[in-house]
Amino acid sequence: MSITTVKPTGTPGGKSGPSELQGARLPRWSPYVIAVGSLAVGCGIGLAAGLDSRMQWGLIAAILFVAVSYGLSATVEGTRQAKDRLATSVVWVMFLLAVVPLASLIYETVKRGSKVFDGYFLSHSMGVVADDEAGGGIYHAIIGTLEQVGLACLIAVPIGLLTAIYLVEYGRGKLAKAVTFFVDVMTGIPSIVAGLFVLSFWILILGFDFSGWAGAMALSILMMPVVVRSTEEMLKLVPNELREASLALGVPKWRTILKVVLPTAIGGITTGVMLAVARIAGETAPVLLLVWTTPFINTNPFDGAQGSLPLYIYQQYQSGNQAGYDRAWAAALALIAFIMILNLVARGVARWKAPKTGR
Amino acid sequence: MDIPTDTPPTPAPADDARPTTTEQKRTARGATRPGDRIFLGLSRGSGIALLAIMAAVAAFLAYRSSVALADNTGNFFTTFEWDPAGISSDGKPVFGIAVLVFGTIVSSIIALVIAVPVAIGIALFISHYAPRQLATPIAFVIDLLAAVPSIVYGLWGAIVVAPNLTGLYSWLDDYFGWTGIFEYEGGAPRSLMTVGILLAIMILPIITNVSREVFLQVPKMHEEAAIALGATRWEVIRMSVLPFGRSGIISASMLGLGRALGETIAVATVLSPAFLIKASVLDYGGGTFAQNIASKFSEADEYGRDALIASGLVLFVITLLVNGAARMIIARRKEYSGANA
Repeated sequence: MSITTVKPTGTPGGKSGPSELQGARLPRWSPYVIAVGSLAVGCGIGLAAGLDSRMQWGLIAAILFVAVSYGLSATVEGTRQAKDRLATSVVWVMFLLAVVPLASLIYETVKRGSKVFDGYFLSHSMGVVADDEAGGGIYHAIIGTLEQVGLACLIAVPIGLLTAIYLVEYGRGKLAKAVTFFVDVMTGIPSIVAGLFVLSFWILILGFDFSGWAGAMALSILMMPVVVRSTEEMLKLVPNELREASLALGVPKWRTILKVVLPTAIGGITTGVMLAVARIAGETAPVLLLVWTTPFINTNPFDGAQGSLPLYIYQQYQSGNQAGYDRAWAAALALIAFIMILNLVARGVARWKAPKTGR
Repeated sequence: MDIPTDTPPTPAPADDARPTTTEQKRTARGATRPGDRIFLGLSRGSGIALLAIMAAVAAFLAYRSSVALADNTGNFFTTFEWDPAGISSDGKPVFGIAVLVFGTIVSSIIALVIAVPVAIGIALFISHYAPRQLATPIAFVIDLLAAVPSIVYGLWGAIVVAPNLTGLYSWLDDYFGWTGIFEYEGGAPRSLMTVGILLAIMILPIITNVSREVFLQVPKMHEEAAIALGATRWEVIRMSVLPFGRSGIISASMLGLGRALGETIAVATVLSPAFLIKASVLDYGGGTFAQNIASKFSEADEYGRDALIASGLVLFVITLLVNGAARMIIARRKEYSGANA
């Protein structure tokens, strides 16, 4: 940029900073100053106008920030640069907009949930505790959820794994295409529809009772496509050289898959299964339709109504009193903690067992 | 991939029919050893089982719906009532999905209108704006947003978000109330609008993730060409990234729409339902397919359950169409773009 000295004409003020080629620029720190300034003004307006919701304060600040940085940039830098700044600030605001709910959700859950969250809460059921009475716990619900999710895994993981193997290792032609397409579509099945399906054939037509097993069947339908998808991706990552080497040694294809392909991809597959578990562990709708509910501990998923953690939250919320709300938040804390831990562990496994493709 | 089948079977000399060559030929073909045959059968069987499940879902829902619809005295598509027990009409079941169609579409549209721009913004932020070291943690945060169970969103929406919206709603009523859409009578804001806002947060991750994937696939050459012409970052995005990613954004939005249409428990927690259609989205009332099933289920008798299944079938078909269309757009794009060959 030292060429600028060639054309020294016409720069008013004659300062050495902005050159003809570069045009005037706002200083680098200007976005930060504008951000702080508009935040302050936003809060000021909010206070002065007596707006009681913090959300409005934030919105005012965000709009101010976008407007001020556009206006300032338009006067100093010209419209093209101003549009660029506008886009940058809008993108930043969008990003913050997404972080705010997550932060608020986690903060509120931890704050409100820790009120009754203790060892007693985890180790007792709701048996003989009235709705509006403090006390009681989620032991029965934890047992129910673990059993239902476990059974769902028993159904969904083998089918999902084998389907993925079929798609990657064998699948050619129409059947494979159809399976791929419907796996994708199946990912989008609303959970309540899966629940209605099991309801219609297991309970209404075959005449069985509500049970954890019925819930597990619906959950497995939701879990299958997720397992297929993630396993498929992982199997595709396994380098073909490994397969070829194994086949060249005369190893049958099925042993190649079991002994070479699957072990290579096992880390990613485990991750996928754990993420799928995390997804179905929080499903309420099918459980609501199929497991019914009971305040008592029922360890047999094949016989009668069971508890379930997400359903527990829903019911405690619906009881509509403070004791119920406290329990709902505490159970939500337990559920979120469980799911977040599953997520983190799954990602840890993925990183630890990542297929080593590089040389 | 399937090397053995690719090699043309070596034409064995006609006079030389040693058993070993046929043996070799058979093993080289792959699925002729018993182990291979069993394994292929198992895995193909699983694929077929998956298709069978989808077919069974459609079949059983259709069967139970037909039972319900046969006795319905109202018009299933235009009746503004949900009374399968026939309490208000001497035991004659009357139910229709008009209100549910309206509520589901309105809340999903609100969700999309809010979520799509934000999601595109975040996707651009991750792919083009954020500093390198920040991009991965941010993507992780977005994934966490997806991992939160919907019941927790519902609880949070009903207890934390909704009370905070009264101010915003009365402001909207003051300035835009004349449109009729934003009329607000006061009271707990557990309306379709609140549901839409909550749904927007819930579908944000999927739209973000799919669009981000697409934005990252934009050929580097396009972007570099734009930069070389002196384009600002925004101009690069407008001229090379967005045109390339348009179909990706569309299909991402449709996947999000699919989620929003079928969301159950968060809606059931936040909305205070009423079986009527209102122009105003800020007041309580309305209902969605999934919410209606969840709320009416516990007090429904067997016929009532069949009626709910009938509405579930409609939901199933709608989400199937939306998701199928989205996937087709993605698949077509993959074929001609060659970006992820």
